[in-house]
Amino acid sequence: MVIASLPSVAQVWDCLDTIADPEIPVITLVDLGIIRDVKWQQDQLVITITPTYSGCPATRVINEDIVSALNHKGVKNLRLERRLSPAWTTDWMSEKGRIALEDYGIAPPEAKGTPARCPQCGGDDLERTSQFGSTPCKALWRCKSCLEPFDYFKCI
Amino acid sequence: MTRDQALFQFLLRLGDSTLILSHRVSEWCGHAPVIEEDIALANTALDLIGQTQFWLELAGEVEGKGRSADDLAYLRDVWDFRNLLLVERPNGDFGKTLMRQFLFDAFQSLMLGKLLKSSDKRVADIAEKASKEVAYHVERSAGTVVGLGDGTPQSHTRMQAALDDLYPYVGEMFVSDAVDAVLIKVGIAPDPASLRADWDALVGRVMQDATLDIPKDAFTHKGGKTGTHTEHLGYILADMQFLQRAYPGAEW
Ligand SMILES: [Zn+2]
Repeated sequence: MVIASLPSVAQVWDCLDTIADPEIPVITLVDLGIIRDVKWQQDQLVITITPTYSGCPATRVINEDIVSALNHKGVKNLRLERRLSPAWTTDWMSEKGRIALEDYGIAPPEAKGTPARCPQCGGDDLERTSQFGSTPCKALWRCKSCLEPFDYFKCI
Repeated sequence: MTRDQALFQFLLRLGDSTLILSHRVSEWCGHAPVIEEDIALANTALDLIGQTQFWLELAGEVEGKGRSADDLAYLRDVWDFRNLLLVERPNGDFGKTLMRQFLFDAFQSLMLGKLLKSSDKRVADIAEKASKEVAYHVERSAGTVVGLGDGTPQSHTRMQAALDDLYPYVGEMFVSDAVDAVLIKVGIAPDPASLRADWDALVGRVMQDATLDIPKDAFTHKGGKTGTHTEHLGYILADMQFLQRAYPGAEW
């Protein structure tokens, strides 16, 4: 009975895609690209996670959220593994996540290293006010058209 | 000295340097000249503490006595720390803090660049993660050194004084000893002395843009990497370790 009710790998991915990033609640852990692998090893579920930034204080909360969401799905035997290499890159962010970020007012990461447009008005006359922002993954920018400051999700 | 004994010492040098610098930088929290700089300094400290976690966790694993990263950070005394003397220097003014940061970042970016090719995958993996963050740090600290050095007469004078004061501490980064010899042989780490030419080139370019003169005197304070520290480290530890000493095992 208990075995039969355990979720499949695909169902686990779906479940992880409902867990919000603790600092940017409009995107999920899957959108963020930090879930690197999900597999069953016999009756143990192994989830491999990579940190965004070394000192990101959200890491512990993320781990707790994963454990609690999967416990809720009936998974009690769970192991979280940390993988540092290959290092997390914003290239792993999902398209869905990028759109959600912009809707939320955070310019999504761009390969050229600077935001494409102001998430408020769409203007492209922009300037950086600081290389760092309110969380390790963001920088502070300002739009010279609408004069609003905004967060840019740094490209790494 | 066995390979693991040398690796343990080397990991402490890396992890203690990022730990103590992180603590120093965090002293600015709430005190920086403008909010953007306050946030930037806090973020830098956060990256450094994260890297410390990785280096000291691996150090504990290599040592094999069951010590965690926290045990190593909070339960050792001054003479067991292996950080560079440079990072325990008091902050001074904002410019001096950024000068120290740049001198360290320049070294760290080169060291991590070499460690990417370490024969020990655990070391290479941490270096891969940390080097992305340090690339940001060095860009910012170099930019600030240039901005303040080539700024007003007052900021220029202060930055020159900062460089003059800190320069006698840079030589220690490039001192190689028996620990390095063991690790060079097995391809785990580079000879620190081999990083000097690239460091001189990078720092030379930035100081030229900053209109600052690099001191000619080559005198070097050393000893941090082998446990002989200045009086400043004791005060840092008294502050940093107080909670775990007074309330052993306390958790957040
Ligand atoms: Zn705008």
